[in-house]
Amino acid sequence: MLNTYQYPEFPYIQSQEQKSGKPVRHPVVVVGAGPIGLTAALDCAARGQPVVVLDDGHTVSIGSRGVCYAKRPLEIWDRLGCAEPMVDKGISWNLGKVYFKDKLAYKFNLLPEDDHKMPAMINLQQYYLEEFLVECCAKKSDLIDLRWQHKVISLKQHDDYVSLSVETPDGIFTMECEWLIACDGANSDVRNMVNGEFTGQFFQDRFLIADVVMKADFPTERWFWFDPPFHKNQSVLLHRQADDVWRIDFQLGWDADPVEEKKPENVIPRIKAMLGDDKEFELEWVSIYQFACRRIDNFRYGRVLFAGDAAHQVSPFGARGANTGVQDTDNLIWKLKLVLDGKAPARLLDTYDEERAYAADDNLLQSTRSTDFITPKSKSSRYFRDATLELAEDYDFARPLVNSGRLSSPTPYVESSLNTPDETHFEGAMTPGANCADAPIVYRGEETWFLNCLGEGFIILVFGSAPNISSLRAGGVEASVLTVGETLWDMKGILAERYDGGQEAVYLLRPDQHVAARWRSFDGEKIKAALARATCQTSSSKVQE
Amino acid sequence: MKLNVKANIPRPDDFYQQLIVMQKDLSDDEVQLANAKLILILANHIGDMDVLSEAMQVAMPK
Ligand SMILES: Cc1cc2nc3c(=O)[nH]c(=O)nc-3n(C[C@H](O)[C@H](O)[C@H](O)COP(=O)(O)OP(=O)(O)OC[C@H]3O[C@@H](n4cnc5c(N)ncnc54)[C@H](O)[C@@H]3O)c2cc1C
Repeated sequence: MLNTYQYPEFPYIQSQEQKSGKPVRHPVVVVGAGPIGLTAALDCAARGQPVVVLDDGHTVSIGSRGVCYAKRPLEIWDRLGCAEPMVDKGISWNLGKVYFKDKLAYKFNLLPEDDHKMPAMINLQQYYLEEFLVECCAKKSDLIDLRWQHKVISLKQHDDYVSLSVETPDGIFTMECEWLIACDGANSDVRNMVNGEFTGQFFQDRFLIADVVMKADFPTERWFWFDPPFHKNQSVLLHRQADDVWRIDFQLGWDADPVEEKKPENVIPRIKAMLGDDKEFELEWVSIYQFACRRIDNFRYGRVLFAGDAAHQVSPFGARGANTGVQDTDNLIWKLKLVLDGKAPARLLDTYDEERAYAADDNLLQSTRSTDFITPKSKSSRYFRDATLELAEDYDFARPLVNSGRLSSPTPYVESSLNTPDETHFEGAMTPGANCADAPIVYRGEETWFLNCLGEGFIILVFGSAPNISSLRAGGVEASVLTVGETLWDMKGILAERYDGGQEAVYLLRPDQHVAARWRSFDGEKIKAALARATCQTSSSKVQE
Repeated sequence: MKLNVKANIPRPDDFYQQLIVMQKDLSDDEVQLANAKLILILANHIGDMDVLSEAMQVAMPK
């Protein structure tokens, strides 16, 4: 097979603590250097928190796996200073086409809203994504200790720490940490070690994924076929990645033989049937997969916190795996930092489970629905599927029913116990629990983006007048005042439009850029109470409704 | 209940006949597909989730 990509080989280095044989107690250990573990480490570093990352391998994702990365994770990576190479290398696309049999059933345009820094979606091979994240970690090597070929083989939870047995080429040694973040993927060893339940739905259908290298003049669009003439009764997806690599995804049915189907002599004819005999291509990576939609019963097991695929597994339709995993750590790390610093009680971490399990359930629902449309489970659901597709060719009404994968968008934490409910009416999408919309602004005389000037802490965003103070506190937690028209200028009026700030408005924004509370005037006591609530510093933030 | 379960079709025999005739020359497969389309078309016309849910309830086996 051809390689457009050179896999980096990261060096194994024996740690001082293994050499000396004296266990060191680290504040935070992350297990797994996939996209989620690396992002967790970068978020720790952004908050000044030292962190050790252990990974049993010594390179990036073998084969591309994840392809599409959506706006919200890109915004998170931008906060962590590593989105730029991703967006530069990635391919942006907006147009999707859905075919049924030999006809175009309909086209959709992602129609990204203007005036956001990050694009709606990029396509990028997962190995590039991970490489860029590793490079970012290397720039923070004073805080991030990334250890390759370190496999966690067992763990024990104590009242105030976790001890780990770790295997390296030099043997087995013991490490300790106050908090462990398990980002060790769908087959998480750590999950087994704590006897975590991982339940949901397992799908029988097998899929063949081929990444092929070809110079094609196809437009940069997502093409999805239901029951095409070149692959009867099944579905096919074609998607472009960087470096002239194209992702082709063939549904094979439940009875396909994974070993046979993976052989190039069986893969190549399928691709030729699709592309025509004259198209020249080479295989870069081939894999067969089956998928599941399931999640762990609790994202927190004492001092062990689960994130990414270790916590939830979704079908690839709708590109949710890494996209949602990055939002896990975005939610977790600021909370963990406050707990580590003694500024918030440990039960703040239970709200990590509350909020991210809620989001995981939303993602699982979305991806199960797509899967049921793409691979109907009964004869009659197949009739409905085909009826929808036939109608979509001619009738507008049927098009929203076609589900070839809904693209990932963040789940607002509308029911979170950290939110302070609205007292008055606001227009727009910035309800408590929602993630903050971006907007072009001028900050300290420079044209930039709203999300880029929020920093790493709580923010009190003020439209209108505020008392002359720079911050407020609840216990040890501080929130900085950011007043529109003082340091920050809303030159185009887009910020005010998105936050319903045409009249007086005050928002409390969390460190993960989600709205905690909002009011129509600046009331210091109310803001402090909301800040206390958003950090679990009230004695009963759950009961107090 | 929002769903209208009172008689609402002005010429019931005409409607019923048309429904049966529509399926007369179709294969089993084609009938299934046409019925599925019919449900989707009518559901869209109704466009009220409460009414649709009630109709699904009413349609369930006794
Ligand atoms: C075909 C396919 C297409 C996909 N498309 C998309 C997409 O378009 N968009 C998207 O967002 N997602 C997509 N995904 C999902 C995405 O690949 C995963 O969600 C993502 O890799 C999860 O990242 P992670 O860091 O949680 O886990 P992983 O990437 O699995 O990383 C886990 C890491 O932990 C290490 N590890 C495991 N056990 C141990 C141990 N005991 N000790 C130390 N280290 C350990 C592993 O070596 C690995 O490096 C797709 C997946 C597939 C298969």
